[in-house]
Amino acid sequence: MIRVQREDFDTGAELDRLAKGDHGVGGIASFIGVVRDPGGPERISTLILEHYPGMTEKKLAEIEAEANRRWPLSASLIIHRYGRLEPGDRIVLVATASPHREAALAACHFLIDWLKTDAPFWKSEETPEGERWVAARAEDDEATRRWQKK
Amino acid sequence: MKLLYFAWLRARIGQAEEELALPAEVRDVAALLCWLQGRGGGYTEALRDLSVIRVAVNQEYVGRDHPIHEGDEVALFPPVTGG
Repeated sequence: MIRVQREDFDTGAELDRLAKGDHGVGGIASFIGVVRDPGGPERISTLILEHYPGMTEKKLAEIEAEANRRWPLSASLIIHRYGRLEPGDRIVLVATASPHREAALAACHFLIDWLKTDAPFWKSEETPEGERWVAARAEDDEATRRWQKK
Repeated sequence: MKLLYFAWLRARIGQAEEELALPAEVRDVAALLCWLQGRGGGYTEALRDLSVIRVAVNQEYVGRDHPIHEGDEVALFPPVTGG
């Protein structure tokens, strides 16, 4: 399931709901991304997350479908927030449920890596010196490449 | 053709979206970027370095040789930074 929303989410409630009643599930893996304040001179106060409505949901659904092709998942969930976020706020939740932990953990890792380089979101930081757009990181591209099929 | 701009491209071009009539000679993404670059002002500034511009046509990532048709939704944006 895909959700793109401004509001926060309740991680515990989402994970409890993910595979409720499915007794074939043996493990649930999750990743929660939060707004980080690097501190020091790079101190940020607020993060603004912008996205491309329509394409965002489409890309996230494609990524989720690909995870389901690669691993035997009983359930999966991606919640991604947009709008104004403060340091410490949750940005994203990725959760996967599977009969076995290997598939749940690998699929969760795949989803967050792939999402970071494929889903059309952009971050800008409100700094004391004004708005600053967050640059894409080469490490993120490298993380996604690891999952590309040879 | 509907054009959408995101992140710092939107900030530099000064608007989030616009409808533009497609000139006859603009048949693919490369030609579109070149044409927009030549419009001056914020366009020229925003599109100075095309190596950092990503393009989606009808909400799919495309390469520079992808064809453009009247009625397409074309989005220009920098590399994504979600998650």
